[in-house]
Amino acid sequence: MNTPGLILVVCVAVLYSSGFYLLLQRSLMRVVFGILILGHAANLSLLLTDEAITLPPLLGGPSGEMSDPLPHAMALTAIVITFGVTTFLLALAYRVWLGDENDEVPDDVEDRRISRLTEPEDSS
Amino acid sequence: MESLLHYLVPLPVVLPLFAAGLEFALGIRAPRLHKIISVTTLTVVLAIGLVLLFGSDAHGPQVVHVGGWEAPIGIALVADRLSALMVTVSAAITLGVLVYSIGQGMADRDEVTPLAVYHPTYLILVAGVSNAFLAGDLFNVYVGFEILLTASYVLLTLGGTQARIRAGATYVVVSLLSSVVFLIAIGLVYAATGTVNMAQLAVRLPGVPEDLRLVLQVMLLVAFAIKAAVFPLSAWLPDSYPTAPAPVTAVFAGLLTKVGVYAIIRTQTLLFDGEAVADLLMWAALATMLIGILGAVAQTDIKRLLSFTLVSHIGYMVFGVALTSVQGLSGAVFYVAHHITVQTTLFLVTGLIERRGGSASMDDLGGLAKLSPLLAILFFVPAMNLAGIPPMSGFLGKLGLMQAGVQAGTPLAYLLVAGSVLTSLLTLYAIARVWNYAFWRAPSEGMVAEPGTVLETSEEDDDSATSAYGPEEEAIGPSSRVDTVVGRTATLGGRTVVTTTTFPATMIGATAGLVAMGLAFTVLAGPLIGYSQRTAEELLDRSPYVEAVFPEGVA
Repeated sequence: MNTPGLILVVCVAVLYSSGFYLLLQRSLMRVVFGILILGHAANLSLLLTDEAITLPPLLGGPSGEMSDPLPHAMALTAIVITFGVTTFLLALAYRVWLGDENDEVPDDVEDRRISRLTEPEDSS
Repeated sequence: MESLLHYLVPLPVVLPLFAAGLEFALGIRAPRLHKIISVTTLTVVLAIGLVLLFGSDAHGPQVVHVGGWEAPIGIALVADRLSALMVTVSAAITLGVLVYSIGQGMADRDEVTPLAVYHPTYLILVAGVSNAFLAGDLFNVYVGFEILLTASYVLLTLGGTQARIRAGATYVVVSLLSSVVFLIAIGLVYAATGTVNMAQLAVRLPGVPEDLRLVLQVMLLVAFAIKAAVFPLSAWLPDSYPTAPAPVTAVFAGLLTKVGVYAIIRTQTLLFDGEAVADLLMWAALATMLIGILGAVAQTDIKRLLSFTLVSHIGYMVFGVALTSVQGLSGAVFYVAHHITVQTTLFLVTGLIERRGGSASMDDLGGLAKLSPLLAILFFVPAMNLAGIPPMSGFLGKLGLMQAGVQAGTPLAYLLVAGSVLTSLLTLYAIARVWNYAFWRAPSEGMVAEPGTVLETSEEDDDSATSAYGPEEEAIGPSSRVDTVVGRTATLGGRTVVTTTTFPATMIGATAGLVAMGLAFTVLAGPLIGYSQRTAEELLDRSPYVEAVFPEGVA
């Protein structure tokens, strides 16, 4: 594998690990950043599918070679989608924070209520 | 006529998108026009679905190369038997739920604010679902998923109450994670084969080294299993669905998980050899059925209970896919169609129960069978259908799957058959609990809310006995208590609801129509099972699909 490809691999690996780390945090804001980074990692790994990724995806280059345009197209589509959804998620995170100045992902209230039911002997 | 048939294929995607654009352009000034446009569009989509259903059955898969670019370069939309069936059922369901929600919106007089967003978003959701069903290209499936998910984010958080925002955040994060996994898998598939066209993949993937193929298969499976809520990837579902408005929950529960199931069926039959992960899918199906239904037995909130039965019954469909036989797949296809209808209906009825009884919690309900016999019938019929009481379609679907399991004859398949019997019994138990508590027992004093009672949302704790139709709601008031019980009754716009004894005719009519559709699956079971049998044969054969996309052979 060529050097630009290798650098991309390292980038993708770092992005995946930091993305998943942030995703496992309690604060919703960090989760949002985790998702954002994971999205970037996925888009970069789409580009990794082509060996000649450093060349432009155009016909008629100086050496007559070109990179495969399809991964570029797919990555562009995915970037647009990630962008839109991230905006929405940021708005959500802001609304959660506005609610009680605390953006921690809460425990599952209903599940805890159910599990409390089992403690004293219940009629049902 | 036959040569014109394939021109209909893109319409289930294009028409709702076009109508949504029209509605956005009209804006909030014309709420009546919105309703007319939405209902007309979905009726037309339903008609097109039916034509495609019969057309693809008679003339084989219908293909459109979008923009006139031939298949490996352009994007193909393919309507084979499975896609046509899914489009038809989803159009019927979405039309029913739309009529119900129009009735609810009129009853709650919140015509202006939420409906201006609700109708176009709902249509975009339908377009995304149709696109996922019709796509003949893996990346287009991804785009379809994203369209429907983005629309579902908006619908889930409609009205912006605190509970919905919280539930929405969980849902969005989980959905995005599954999308990322899906996207990575697409990248890997493209790197391995040089194409994302599904018909071409069907030809090229057998040439890929076996280990690599297994990695691709499992990654796609994980991405779709999150969407379909297959255990252990199902924990998000019961927490996010029940907080949404009743019609939204109904359409999500009925349809969105089934899009995941559809994607699993499609990839496991067309792209990969289902045998490779059959045992894994069997165990996942067993765990999904049993753990899902045990969760349902423990619940007191009807919406949460139904969400758990939803998860549990996904197991039946996965079981059918895992059998990789014509009988198994045909059982799975029949079960998907049946389950979409029944589960949607039950959530709509729960919306009506909340409206009458003031709560969806079994602890606060009682004697509804006497108070509202109509409601009791509307609940009883689909509930028994879900539990699989003969001779309803739920029974026929389960019977078909069990026969397929016995035919497979492996010890694991027998274990699954036993598991499905147990799940069926426990479903009956869970549903019978709802029936006994909410409908059958004598209500104690003050248990069922009097007609005209204002129900709290989690926003408004104490005040405002009369401000149900208040001029504006404070969406993000500081008084919100997130730690109250989730899933309080609220309108589409997040405002409070007043209990009534009479429901709008549209709500009752839509619910009754879907109940009747569930029963129609029983009456028409013969032709439907024949159809699903032919669907399964077509899926396992693969060549009709491939030849339809590449009439001159694949490169």
